[in-house]
Amino acid sequence: MMIMIEMRNVSKTYANGVPALHSIDVVIEKGEFVYIVGPSGAGKSTFIKMIYREERPTEGSVFIQGSDIGKLKEKQIPYLRRKIGVIFQDFKLLPKLSVFENVAFALEVIEEPRDVIRQRVMEVLDIVHLKSKARFLPDELSGGEQQRVSIARAIVNDPHVVIADEPTGNLDPETAWEIMDILEDINRRGTTILMATHNQSIVNTIKKRVIAIESGRIVRDEWRGGYGYER
Amino acid sequence: MKGRTLVRHVREGFKNLGRNGWMSFASISAVTIMLIVVGAFLLLVMNINHFIQTVEEDVEVRVYVDLTATEEEQKELAEELKQIDYVESITYLSKDEGLDQLIDSLGEENREVFESLREENPLNDAFILHAEEPQLTKQVATSAENLSHVERVNYGKDVVEQLFTVTNVLRTVGIVLILGLTFTAMFLISNTIKLTIVARQKEIQIMKLVGATNGFIRWPFFVEGFLLGVLGAIIPIAIIIGGYQYLYANFMNQLSIDFAELLPVFPLTLQVSALLIGIGALVGVWGSLMSVRKFLKV
Ligand SMILES: Nc1ncnc2c1ncn2[C@@H]1O[C@H](COP(=O)(O)OP(=O)(O)O)[C@@H](O)[C@H]1O
Ligand SMILES: [Mg+2]
Repeated sequence: MMIMIEMRNVSKTYANGVPALHSIDVVIEKGEFVYIVGPSGAGKSTFIKMIYREERPTEGSVFIQGSDIGKLKEKQIPYLRRKIGVIFQDFKLLPKLSVFENVAFALEVIEEPRDVIRQRVMEVLDIVHLKSKARFLPDELSGGEQQRVSIARAIVNDPHVVIADEPTGNLDPETAWEIMDILEDINRRGTTILMATHNQSIVNTIKKRVIAIESGRIVRDEWRGGYGYER
Repeated sequence: MKGRTLVRHVREGFKNLGRNGWMSFASISAVTIMLIVVGAFLLLVMNINHFIQTVEEDVEVRVYVDLTATEEEQKELAEELKQIDYVESITYLSKDEGLDQLIDSLGEENREVFESLREENPLNDAFILHAEEPQLTKQVATSAENLSHVERVNYGKDVVEQLFTVTNVLRTVGIVLILGLTFTAMFLISNTIKLTIVARQKEIQIMKLVGATNGFIRWPFFVEGFLLGVLGAIIPIAIIIGGYQYLYANFMNQLSIDFAELLPVFPLTLQVSALLIGIGALVGVWGSLMSVRKFLKV
């Protein structure tokens, strides 16, 4: 199996002195579906941000497909990010653009030809079951639908990895399952998925690899583990 | 960059301009005021330079010959004048030619009074000397003064030196004024663009997440700055061309002293206009790049 993401002895202390991660060692292979769990403030978001280089480790190295992203020059970062799709709790959609335009935006800014954009956007809207709502504005959609738009945007340029930071955090349980169905579907198509979550029942039901972080350290890393926390 | 992308950037640039209407207006006004001053100043400096050049070329030493000198003595004097160091040329101006010149340079009204002088010409015959360099004029004049049969010697060095002092002062004042106005305009432009950036922060964040390059993100702001600068140049250009044309037409009619000539309206005003567009664009682009820079980190 090919290694997708590797962290070697990674520590992160924020500029204001707050320690967020300590000596993280982890290997995630191509095609895996991994949950990152842990209490609020444990360091899950920091972990995720280091993969697309929104944050840099203060110590250690992060490798994506074997290349040390700490060594990337500022200019090369956009090309790293084109290999990674990111999904957030708050969707981050542009309110004045339609569903179609929000997804197409990701391809426009990397200057894909117009006909490629049309075709790809309709393909991914099909995957997230929103083809019929392509012309709607984000405001006219439910929370679950908005999150599906943001998933479509994350996968539209065919990334190798999709990372999701609490993607179901703002959604009711039923809608959360819908989102999980879609993420599993994307994972089945071969995309590696990394998902930080608080959602105990999801982790316990859809069994996948679980990496538990507490106070910035990996305390558990189990294949098909459960959430493992009492709430 | 693909053509379609360029179209997109320009469209976004225009949108940004409209998005902060009042701030854009303030920035454009600042550029306008700055460029009016710069333009007027440029016209002034270029005319003064032209004037100095004309005067400098005209710096000549007039050696007036004694009225009592015989023709023989005049010839001798001519020879001696030629021997003086640094004399480039020597021309003879008889008193009749001198009177013709004088009458020509006067207005119509006075002409008749002087015509009557032709009967009994009060002027001296003269030699006109040019020094090899304008700075050597004084030396040449002093040497000429000491020769016999010379009544007096005239030269215009003082005028030139005073002019140089005036232009130096003018230049300093102008530069200080222009720099001050330029920085004000740049500051306003960079603030205007900061506002558009803040309004678009979410958009920029998403652009960065999906892998847009900094160049791609920067372009619309670049266009916006460029537009602010170039739009600010429109009114100054109109004023410069119109105003100078008016001044030229009126000034030239009233003061027809032939050495105080204004430079012709064209191509001067067109050159100044091109310069103003260039300065406007530069200030706009500079202002915009200054404000975008720190927003692109991370
Ligand atoms: N930008 C930041 N600057 C300073 N401290 C931060 C920043 N982001 C997060 N932290 C701190 O780092 C720790 C880990 O945060 P985070 O990774 O967001 O945890 P989680 O996502 O698990 O809730 C927390 O103590 C948090 O306050
Ligand atoms: Mg978090």
